[in-house]
Amino acid sequence: MREREERCIVTFRTTTGAMAMERACKAAGVPGRLIPVPRTITAGCGMCWSAPTGAREAVEKLVMEEHLMIDGIYAIIL
Amino acid sequence: MIYLDNAATTRPKPPGVAEAVTAAMLSYGNSGRGTHEDALAASRTIFGVRRQLADLLGCMRPDHVCFTPNSTQALNIAISGLLGPGDHIISTDLEHNSVLRPLYRLRQQGTAVDFVPADRNGRLDWGAFERLLRPDTRAVVCTHASNLTGDLVDIDWVGEFCHTHGLLFILDASQTAGVFPIDMEKQHIDVVCFTGHKSLLGPQGTGGLCVREGLDIRPFAVGGTGVQSFSETQPAEYPTRLEAGTLNSHGLAGLGAALDFLEQTGLETIRAHETTLARRFYETIRTLPGVTVYGDFGKAERAPIVALNIAELDSSAVSDELAERFGIATRPGAHCAPRLHRALGTEDQGAVRFSWSYFNTEAETDAAAEAIRTLVSEV
Repeated sequence: MREREERCIVTFRTTTGAMAMERACKAAGVPGRLIPVPRTITAGCGMCWSAPTGAREAVEKLVMEEHLMIDGIYAIIL
Repeated sequence: MIYLDNAATTRPKPPGVAEAVTAAMLSYGNSGRGTHEDALAASRTIFGVRRQLADLLGCMRPDHVCFTPNSTQALNIAISGLLGPGDHIISTDLEHNSVLRPLYRLRQQGTAVDFVPADRNGRLDWGAFERLLRPDTRAVVCTHASNLTGDLVDIDWVGEFCHTHGLLFILDASQTAGVFPIDMEKQHIDVVCFTGHKSLLGPQGTGGLCVREGLDIRPFAVGGTGVQSFSETQPAEYPTRLEAGTLNSHGLAGLGAALDFLEQTGLETIRAHETTLARRFYETIRTLPGVTVYGDFGKAERAPIVALNIAELDSSAVSDELAERFGIATRPGAHCAPRLHRALGTEDQGAVRFSWSYFNTEAETDAAAEAIRTLVSEV
């Protein structure tokens, strides 16, 4: 397994919410990618946006500006 | 074959639709089930199609575009998920069974339903909307265009009527989405039900409903969603709320390509071409002896449909002769619109329906008119 590092994780209630996030981040040049939701957040299923910790501010700004439907934002060592 | 049965399903589909379906079948994983590239490719495509449809239909939120296999299922979800015992619903005689049967089923369960009547020309009695209004009226459910005559319903007026009286407006846009303008916001429409394979020019097995923000439709099916797995209930959020089970990402990829074509070509260009051909056909055959055409051709704006009968001939026999002898595809019989057939007086005879798409030509249209002329001469 690769080395673990802290990541900014954004979760969603629907896959569509995750898709909107990915689209907005790509358009705005905010780094990150979609990954399966880690079990430290929820033992459910689904996908979340994983961004470098340094991008948290940009992620939060984008969520506000684009009215993205998110469930939560977490700082997690992955 | 000269294909004039586009109100049943459009054929052919635009360039790029079949290719998109094939590419999807060769590469997509399951949308919303995992985050590997193949699954994400399916999810991205589906999300893109939601955005396209939201733009096309004036739905403020792409995540309120929910997919179903067809408009029948969408109408069932909207009607049975919003209305029930204690409610009164207004609908019309123009409706297809995809609206009528869900309403009749609700009526058996204690919901009151009234229908705005159509006359022998298929024209609605517009004053009946006001007359049928009751204190417990909750919704108007109606089509945008009759699948039998092609007559349009003035949805600006219906939307205003619903807005004024605080009613829900559920629209069946099966025959019009993609060709006639629909704007949920401007026209006060709460739910637009659509199918992908008719005027939207996409594959069969695609359809859905656009839902106004803030409207809570009870889910019809519950099941796997790829999210919130340990919840015992269906997620409350749209579109997942109404989408249990694997989505048809292959078909929706094709629908996305069809929507690209519609956007590039332009709704007005498509509408002008189709209505010109239908009008050309109508003008040629309407005066032929023994030909009865159904519907209101006094209006310029109508769906590209001409339904007719020749003398007392069985519409099935005429349609069969058109196919076998002239190579022209039409649809005979009752067209799943029993109330309108009763109004038109064609319950027994049915009607032969000709319906156009953007891919039909003047030559095909003239050949169809000539075939009718020949059949008339033989009566």
